[in-house]
Amino acid sequence: MQGKSDLRGEETEVTVTRRVVAGIESRIGRELSAKMGGDISDLKIGRGMVRLRTERPSLLKLCRLLRDAMEFDHLSLLSAVDWDDRFEVVYHIFSYTNCCTMEVKVSVPKDDPRIDSVTPLWEGANWHEREAYDMMGIVFTNHPDPRRILLPQEYEYFPLRKDFKMDLE
Amino acid sequence: MAEMWINMGPQHPMTHGLWNLRVKVDGEVIVDAMPEIGYLHRGMEKIFENKNYTQIGPITDRLCYGSSITWNHLYCMTVENLIGVEVPERAKYIRVMAIEIQRIASHMMWLAAYAADIGLLAGFVLAMRDREIMVDLLQMLSGSRLTYNYSRIGGVAADLPPEFERDCLRAIDFFEKRIEEHETLYRDSKIFLMRSEGLGILSREDAINLGVTGPTLRASNVKYDVRKHNSYEVYDEMDFEVQCHSDCDVYGRYVVRMNEMRESCNIVRQALKKMPKGPVRVKTPMYAPEGDAIGRVEDPRGEGIMYVIGDGTDKPYRLKVRSPLFVTLSAAKKMLVGYKVADVVSIMGSIDVCMGETDK
Repeated sequence: MQGKSDLRGEETEVTVTRRVVAGIESRIGRELSAKMGGDISDLKIGRGMVRLRTERPSLLKLCRLLRDAMEFDHLSLLSAVDWDDRFEVVYHIFSYTNCCTMEVKVSVPKDDPRIDSVTPLWEGANWHEREAYDMMGIVFTNHPDPRRILLPQEYEYFPLRKDFKMDLE
Repeated sequence: MAEMWINMGPQHPMTHGLWNLRVKVDGEVIVDAMPEIGYLHRGMEKIFENKNYTQIGPITDRLCYGSSITWNHLYCMTVENLIGVEVPERAKYIRVMAIEIQRIASHMMWLAAYAADIGLLAGFVLAMRDREIMVDLLQMLSGSRLTYNYSRIGGVAADLPPEFERDCLRAIDFFEKRIEEHETLYRDSKIFLMRSEGLGILSREDAINLGVTGPTLRASNVKYDVRKHNSYEVYDEMDFEVQCHSDCDVYGRYVVRMNEMRESCNIVRQALKKMPKGPVRVKTPMYAPEGDAIGRVEDPRGEGIMYVIGDGTDKPYRLKVRSPLFVTLSAAKKMLVGYKVADVVSIMGSIDVCMGETDK
């Protein structure tokens, strides 16, 4: 059994200050454009938020850079959206160090709904990705546990797709 | 000894709602754990896409029956961000006050449930009794006792009733003394200490990587609170301390919640004092523009987020809910492995499980 004393010595804290540096968002944006170059597009800087778009092949490269070099340590939210011509996976990644949110949008074609899993980087993504598969049918490759999460395992449909109609009568 | 799987749930006193925790035990020691959820799934996100913005309000109350004002407020705030409406100043203060009263009620309900979990039935009765004070205040505000539907897009449903300020201050003063009494009950109880100290340790690095938020994260020594560091409404004008604890165990989570209730009492007082006069609601358009917006709040259980996409009609194209417990539950394995099967109830009770928001 783990003893309590193992962690007692560790008294340091992650100190979080709101807006450590003024204009941290534009600094992050500049650094990203320098390192990722043509792999990212639609870079927008907002208050406390950086928004950008990337393609499937460069997603993992971008996420590694965000986690390891830029201190984005908390994957807040992963949403899947069903547009007319494509799926879209939206990641909201948060940094406890500089209180900045990164919004990354990735398009996934409808005839090949596959995308790399980010669970090896942030374990918090595990159930979010399972939910996205459950509801939208997007397959996350290299996911450690790719089963449905909310619906029964033998269920055949992906209910949050727009072609799944609710019977409103 | 041979290993075997034990199902704790879906009908089990520990589960507080329907979910199933499968634990693999070797003798008495847990070697693996697998939570299974979905028993309470109501298809909320699909329902949202088929209702207009006004109709969604009351449904968001049902996300969590323990803290419905928070979810209702989060929804309204997210849609306001999408439409670009500025809420009147007075409404912001009323919202902050209502959310904090709700936070106390929610933490008290956790305390009651947790006391019952570990076999301290006196704690259950006393905590439920004192939760009643806060529920009465919310009933004065909104007229109902569980699902309040108090926030509206563009403000709140109604202004404070007459005499509310007097009653609220009286209740808060009374309640603050009661917190001391509750603490005596737990601090001096050997049973409680034996069943909480050194159990369910979740280190700081694990807590961050697993996406755990709220009191559980703060008990793992991370000083982060959305109200303070990513402030919304008028929390930046409130003076309060972010409570954290360095023990990373069940006891730390208890301490964080008890101290948070004290801070909430302070915030309610400050909000009542600083509240300006004026309107409490503005008219908002029925149709939201194309685009997306995000809202983020500190729910009593962690970080609640809604992500809304509007398409120019009166219905959202997509409304995604991030429930804090959905992610915290996925960390169950990390908290359980290595402990005895008798500790499961205490460890899982300490994260304040609410299945309504988890299963959506």
